[in-house]
Amino acid sequence: MAKKEINYKAQKKRTKLLVYAILTIMSVVWLFPIVWIVLNSFREEGGAFVPYIIPKHFTLSNYAKLITDASGNYPFVRWFVNTLIVSVCTCVLSTFITISMSYALSRLRFKLRRPFLKVALVLNMFPAFMSMIAIYYILKALNLAGSLLALILVYSAGAALTFYVAKGFFDTIPMALDESAMIDGANKWQIFTKITLPLSKPIIVYTALTAFMGPWMDFIFAKIIMGDDVKNYTVAIGLYSMMTQTTANSLFMTFTAGCVLIAIPITLLFIYMQKYYVEGVTSGAVK
Amino acid sequence: MFKKYSTEQHITFRELFMKGGLPEKLSFIIMGFSNFANKQILKGLIFLVAEVGFLFWLIRNGIHALAMLQTLGTKKQGLVYNSKLGMDVLQKGDNSMLILLFGIAAILICIVLVVLYIVNLKSARHIFELKAAGKPLPTAKDDLKSLLNERFHQTLMTVPLMGVLFFTILPLLYMISIAFTNYDHNNLPPKNLFTWVGFHNFSNVITGDIASTFFPVLGWTLVWAVVATVSCFFFGVILALLINTKGIKLKKMWRTIFILTMAVPQFISLLIMRNLLNDAGPVNAILKSWGWISKSIPFLTDPTMAKFSIIVVNLWIGIPATMLITTGIIQNLDQEQIEAAVMDGANKFQIFRSITFPQILFVMMPSLIQQLIGNINNFNVIYLLTGGGPTNSNYYGAGSTDLLVTWLYNLTVNTMDYNLASVIGILIFILSAVFSLWAYTHTNSYKEG
Repeated sequence: MAKKEINYKAQKKRTKLLVYAILTIMSVVWLFPIVWIVLNSFREEGGAFVPYIIPKHFTLSNYAKLITDASGNYPFVRWFVNTLIVSVCTCVLSTFITISMSYALSRLRFKLRRPFLKVALVLNMFPAFMSMIAIYYILKALNLAGSLLALILVYSAGAALTFYVAKGFFDTIPMALDESAMIDGANKWQIFTKITLPLSKPIIVYTALTAFMGPWMDFIFAKIIMGDDVKNYTVAIGLYSMMTQTTANSLFMTFTAGCVLIAIPITLLFIYMQKYYVEGVTSGAVK
Repeated sequence: MFKKYSTEQHITFRELFMKGGLPEKLSFIIMGFSNFANKQILKGLIFLVAEVGFLFWLIRNGIHALAMLQTLGTKKQGLVYNSKLGMDVLQKGDNSMLILLFGIAAILICIVLVVLYIVNLKSARHIFELKAAGKPLPTAKDDLKSLLNERFHQTLMTVPLMGVLFFTILPLLYMISIAFTNYDHNNLPPKNLFTWVGFHNFSNVITGDIASTFFPVLGWTLVWAVVATVSCFFFGVILALLINTKGIKLKKMWRTIFILTMAVPQFISLLIMRNLLNDAGPVNAILKSWGWISKSIPFLTDPTMAKFSIIVVNLWIGIPATMLITTGIIQNLDQEQIEAAVMDGANKFQIFRSITFPQILFVMMPSLIQQLIGNINNFNVIYLLTGGGPTNSNYYGAGSTDLLVTWLYNLTVNTMDYNLASVIGILIFILSAVFSLWAYTHTNSYKEG
């Protein structure tokens, strides 16, 4: 009996060691590309490809080159400011739009609610890239193509159909709260602002952060709308434009420096948002 | 399907016209007249301004825009003999693309007015009924108040829906229409005109010249979507189980490591991957310097190898996301059942196969279907990693690893075959719709949405 116990313990220990080993290997694999970006951003010598991982000489000149925009064609600071403007405006507008839509569709009852939910489902199934050219021409007709306002409009308008996660959240707030407020004589506006919104901090934070991060990552729509207007680029298209065939080799380290600079704030936000993300995704997807 | 929200019976508009007085009758021609007659000045004014504005627009632009929709323009840009000047003059031709865009916008404006017209009649009827019942009419103040209460949904949804109308529905209708025209690289406005061709593009894609590209690309899209979804799910669940193994310390740290990789924007991580896997890239260089290989492994330049690489790299992206979601489910699993199984002598693998995995699968089914549809439209991985390459001379406008959605992108941006791109967009839509519909009827979680 005692022997068996020892065996059992030894086996348990072996399993644990094995799990630690697998987790360590996986972590190395997962972290390797990220570490590699950071190392590259400090590398002084060579071009895009060097046959070793750890740089021979460390330098900060890649960052200096990026920020001072030595060549004049890649104004990173300006891109950064552009993106910040776009993402702050988009964040405010999108959050407002998404929360209004999802609240209306979740808590209010009106005649066209169900048909509308179905139409939204259908609209969401068309690939977004299909209509990007048309959107470009609409913006051109409105004389907005190439401006930051156009980007804000497009990103925010898209928010109206991304209400599922927030709607899932509102669905979980008990209706009894609304009813008791209604008995006390509150109208729907008061219920929305005084009862539901204060309870909805997680979903508001989640929606706002997702909307805020969007412009930092989109490089397709922004490119179509901005065309060749380099000074109005956002960081995503700006950095992407550094990696064309002709420039990839000479600008690679500058590119990685730029990546590090934008990845840091986004990663911090993301880690902060993590628990809201889990709540949001699971309540929206697993219901 | 629609529940009756009010039990009271309304009279029909026909009856309203017959029974109503002069204001009601005139409301059928002059919108808002009934409101004016009953001192609802603000409401009446809105209706009237809408009608006058619409008629003004219709005469100035609308009729022209709608009429041009039939032919999409007849005047070609080019030199035309001008008899007055006695020489050739450059004629500014019709721009089919703008004609189509404005035509569709015109149709939408007409629909909006028809809706307003019906609202106007309903308003007139409402007044008529209230008067017949001897009840007081709502004032402008009452109307505004109801916007915060009974009609609060209108207040919340009007602005967002305007955005949807202009930036989702209008572009979508436009692109769907394009699928029925010959708007390709030979017929680019403003130099050339394009016109309606019916279902020609669809038959071209399904049975014509493009079929030899379409079906292989479709096949790879489906294989990719299924393999990517299943592999990420499977390994994600395993990772989550590993991290949640009893007795493993620093659970939060392990989780954070993997979540960290989710936070890096995809265009960065994927471009870096492309660099790492390049023929001259570090991975090949290091393997060579270790003497393991003599020639570079064509990770992204050999058609079969590239497909394999894409799926593996996608694991790097997809596993942490699945891990994050399944962790929550695992922590809520029924422990008693597992303990009972241990008592009965089940080993770890048996528990996983018969208890844990089926339960996770059951809860995750809807989100798996969503991921499957997401993967059919997974633009980033393919576009950033291989750009659809390596090139395939048997395909039209697509490379060996192109999905339908990246092919669509190539067709619009590079080869300018907008009509084919639209057809493919519509086919992708049908594909996604079929999967969703299947999910909708086969899983319970979808029932109440």
